[in-house]
Amino acid sequence: MPALSVQDLHVRIKDAQILRGVSWSVEHGQTLGIVGESGSGKSMTVLAATGLVGPPLAQVTGRAVLGAPHSSGRSSGGPDGPASATLPDGGGQDLLTLSPAGRRAVRGRRIGFVFQDPATSLNPILDVERQLTEGLEEHLGMTRRAARGRALELLEMVGIPDPERRLRAYPHELSGGMRQRVMIAIALSCDPDVLIADEATTALDVTIQAQIIDAVRDLQERLGTAVVWISHDLGVVGGLADEVVVLYGGQVVEQADVLTLFAQRSHPYTEGLFASRPRLGSAGGHLTTIPGSPPDPRSLPAGCVFYDRCTLRSDPRCATHRPELVPLAPGHLVRSFCATPVRDAPLDPEETA
Amino acid sequence: MAFVLRRVGHSLVVLLGVTVVVFALVHLVPGDPVRIAMGTRYDPDVYAALREASGLDRPLLEQYVAYLGSALTGDLGVSFRSGEPVTTILLSRLPATVSLAVAGLVVALVVAFPLGVYSALHHGKASDVIVRIVSQVGVSVPDFWMAMLLILLFSSTLGWLPPSGYVPLTEDPVEWARRVAMPAVTLGLVAGSIMTRYIRSSVLEVLGADHVRTAESKGLRERVVLGRHVVRNALVPVLTIVGVQLATMLGGVIVVEVVFAWPGLGRLVLDAVAARDYPVVQGAVLLVAAMFLLVNLVVDLLYARVDPRIKVSR
Repeated sequence: MPALSVQDLHVRIKDAQILRGVSWSVEHGQTLGIVGESGSGKSMTVLAATGLVGPPLAQVTGRAVLGAPHSSGRSSGGPDGPASATLPDGGGQDLLTLSPAGRRAVRGRRIGFVFQDPATSLNPILDVERQLTEGLEEHLGMTRRAARGRALELLEMVGIPDPERRLRAYPHELSGGMRQRVMIAIALSCDPDVLIADEATTALDVTIQAQIIDAVRDLQERLGTAVVWISHDLGVVGGLADEVVVLYGGQVVEQADVLTLFAQRSHPYTEGLFASRPRLGSAGGHLTTIPGSPPDPRSLPAGCVFYDRCTLRSDPRCATHRPELVPLAPGHLVRSFCATPVRDAPLDPEETA
Repeated sequence: MAFVLRRVGHSLVVLLGVTVVVFALVHLVPGDPVRIAMGTRYDPDVYAALREASGLDRPLLEQYVAYLGSALTGDLGVSFRSGEPVTTILLSRLPATVSLAVAGLVVALVVAFPLGVYSALHHGKASDVIVRIVSQVGVSVPDFWMAMLLILLFSSTLGWLPPSGYVPLTEDPVEWARRVAMPAVTLGLVAGSIMTRYIRSSVLEVLGADHVRTAESKGLRERVVLGRHVVRNALVPVLTIVGVQLATMLGGVIVVEVVFAWPGLGRLVLDAVAARDYPVVQGAVLLVAAMFLLVNLVVDLLYARVDPRIKVSR
């Protein structure tokens, strides 16, 4: 069963429909990339799923199922098989039906977070030690002393030299890359099953960005953590993810494993994101952009939400009907009337059922 | 440590500047202090003798150095009116002012801290609106009017508290408390209203900060998130306003002291100015300036303690 799966997640803030039925899942040890431009709802899926955004501000419906811990060493067959047939959770817990205290106990313990700007996401007036140890004390009941020892290990693990000294440092005394490593150490402190990186490298220099990505990949291999990597940059996600979900206007518009998505991208929006990746050596220095802007979640168009910006629109239903997310090939889902199957393989009837 | 020394040195330089201004005061205002001190008993010989005795006939620079020298040894001259040493007069008034200022600050903090934090946490709700309206009224109400309302209620109508007067804290703490209550509340409600608004907006600002979301993402208890990551950060800028309020109250609050017959520095200065008792005015201004600097120094040092970024940026 997946480490974390989100099913039919809807989020409404006042009269704005931020998410409209988003589903995705990430397996233990795998990386899911969530891509989309600002306002596509990519951060909202994880914030709402984990209770960081919720009532009274936002109405959240759907399910966010956290799988059984990967360290428990259960086998995939046996009693788990029939159980998962009857129980849709298959032994996991739906975070959205948990009490706020229950969700709190999961955050930091089983789901770790790394946010965009390490300069502001660390508390400026607390030293690194305090910010690293407080989660350990809260979730693992460690004493301050034990937590300090663990904090030293964690700093070493994320590749911070001279951890003894860094432990006493304040965020402003560290470089941007170092701060983000501290954030990663915090996120991984309680050995979570899922690491959520929300634009974790966006605020960093390109070289630092690469180092952070390498560090996360390396740690994931060693710890077997599932990673949800959220980025507007398809290039970054392409280098990291096993599976990619492309969000637009609060819905998944394309989903596939990373190779398929890159080789056989079918949704015009994915194509636009692909074309607008900044690349070295691109002549002229101009970046390709997707013309237009994302739809206003307070007044969505009647037809396809990408209609205004679409380069393919040709189907008479485009302006009047909303396309469903349908399989184009096994494991490759697209929400468009106009996407053409790249390989002309017939659709497996079992997949469409 | 270097920061502390630098900051203390800074305060001393400012204090030196204050002595120049205070010294110049006597020589810039119209009217000859000795003549005024003699009043109707003017006699040219006595006048000349007094001028010589007080050094007023010597060059200004020499006078200033002499003034500074004696000020350093605690000699601030002699009151023209009573003939008492200014230092003695000031020290006799200081306990009343300090005890009232501290009591006023306590009232202000007791009011402002919970209300400000509560209001920010219930941002936009009816309770927040009520707190904001009440604090706006508190800021706007003149202190003499508030003082009179309190006297009418607690002294005239209910008869619980004496309407005015002062008993030193060291003599009778209970009587002191009974007498300090109304002036302290008067001061505290005004200062507290101002602080409430600052605390509210500061907490609100921090609540929206990224690091608070990080704290929530760690799954910390709400109490820990609020105490360690919200309120603590929010109080850093509030320290300044608390310092200013305390310094203002220490500087003597003339109206409140007059209304409650509180023998503090405010009334002393008022009387001294009216009587052109320059040595007393000089001494009081110097003392008030020194206290102001001291409060600011303490605030800055506290700042550096709670916010590690300060030491670097100065």
